[in-house]
Amino acid sequence: MVINPISNFQRQTSNFPASPAGSQPPTATKIAVKQLNLWFGKVLALKNLNLEILRNEILGVIGPASSGKTSFLRQLNRLNELEAGFRMNGEVTLDGTHIRQVKVEALRKRVGMIFALPQVLPISIYDNVAYGPRMHGVKSKSEIDGIVEDSLKASFIWDEVKDRLKELATKLSGGQQQRLCISRTLAVKPEVMLFDEPCSGLDPISTAKVEESMLKLKEKYTIVLVTNNTKQAARVSDRTAFFLMGELIEIDKTHKVFTAPKDKRTEAYIQGKFG
Amino acid sequence: MKTTTKQKIAFSILFLCTIIVVLPVVCIFWIIIKNGYKGITWQFITAMPTEGMRQGGVYPAIVGTLYLVCLSIVFSLPMGVMAAVYLNEYAKDNLLTRLIRLAIVNLAGVSSVVYGLFGLALFVTFMKFGVSILSGALTLAIMNLPVIITASREALASVPYSFREVSLSLGLSRWQTIRHSVLPFAIPGILTGAILSLARAAGETAPILFTVAAFYLPHLPKSIFDQAMVLPYHLYIISTQIPNISRETRYATAFVLVGIVFTMNIFAVIIRSRLRKKKKW
Repeated sequence: MVINPISNFQRQTSNFPASPAGSQPPTATKIAVKQLNLWFGKVLALKNLNLEILRNEILGVIGPASSGKTSFLRQLNRLNELEAGFRMNGEVTLDGTHIRQVKVEALRKRVGMIFALPQVLPISIYDNVAYGPRMHGVKSKSEIDGIVEDSLKASFIWDEVKDRLKELATKLSGGQQQRLCISRTLAVKPEVMLFDEPCSGLDPISTAKVEESMLKLKEKYTIVLVTNNTKQAARVSDRTAFFLMGELIEIDKTHKVFTAPKDKRTEAYIQGKFG
Repeated sequence: MKTTTKQKIAFSILFLCTIIVVLPVVCIFWIIIKNGYKGITWQFITAMPTEGMRQGGVYPAIVGTLYLVCLSIVFSLPMGVMAAVYLNEYAKDNLLTRLIRLAIVNLAGVSSVVYGLFGLALFVTFMKFGVSILSGALTLAIMNLPVIITASREALASVPYSFREVSLSLGLSRWQTIRHSVLPFAIPGILTGAILSLARAAGETAPILFTVAAFYLPHLPKSIFDQAMVLPYHLYIISTQIPNISRETRYATAFVLVGIVFTMNIFAVIIRSRLRKKKKW
């Protein structure tokens, strides 16, 4: 039996709307960042950042090492707060609400994250995906079964793992592990997904699979993709932002950034003149 | 001198040092087994001592040791693990935390006879538990705490930081993260540390000398407020206080004591390797 995984996923999850779209008039802006400054100790990691992330877009963020792109990403679900010496000012709003006014657990549930290296837990494939829902209080076995299946289908790994859900997740290949991580994040039904260089450790075929799933996922989720691979940003993102030394240099439609960048530094970076 | 010659000399010295470390262990086991194995009979392990401890067995001392060790772990393991979780997962790096860490390191360096006197002053006299299994177990528990805390902290620190990040990024609270994403993976290390510290406690004489050990009791302890005979102390008295006791009995007692400690260490190794196989990353 062949089922289109995405349509199946949408049909099954339509009972649990991921965002309160029905109650609020959806605006084009999902996340707005205004005059954001971040410090780690005495180091200013982000300088006066202003940008908006639109609903159901993939925003690609590119820039050389220590340009502040990962700090920016980790600010969106407040993971930066775990670091010693972290300070910030400015504001980040999600659907118009300041993210520091939301309980941090609730925020991170809505804004999920995929890390650079596939961080599967050394438990079974099933338990990895079920981890979030169980902790958030889903008790019924059949409901969890459903969530696990839907999430694995949505990240295109179901067919590869459906017969060995009880096996250790660490036995999967790197690309499969990363897609499993995507499933695990999907299982808590986020609205925004943050990808922190998700393909940096993957081979080209696995990379293509992860990119393919991102393109499908943006139909339901808002995606921010930080990547060191400018070509990847060009392939999948709708808009691209270029960061340098903690500053946003340029943000525009991807094809504009890549074909007619306004700033010389953007052009130089894209052409690989520095990195 | 040629590089290869130098290398050979270095390897030889290193190897020699390693062998010298193993030598005393082998010797101790050899001497104890050679002199004591004839004394190990079913009766020796299960009978009460008779004839002023010159005949009969060491059963009450074995029972006393096991009571003491089990009760002390009941106190020290939960407390040690919780303190380790606090220090490793919650505590900020400030003056207080540094003082606590310093205290733990120093606690580990205090000599065991001082623990014995401390136990006598606090538990036996001040808290009026008397000379009892409870006082002895609490004294051993305090002596074990730094070892358990240090082992647990190392076990917690060896759980990759990414496990915590993953769990937090899914919207779990810090406690949920520790409970479900950190502690389960630290348990092999914690258990190993706990068992090894217990094995050491089982063999200690000084801390129990004033707090629990009885010279001779004609019956088994009935409650934790009773005194008890304990193996290390029993070995000490039959070796020094009682004339005309056979050499074989002394070595057999040492055999039993070393055997208990050795068995516990083997258990620690088995538990660790079992759990490691299940929880590997």
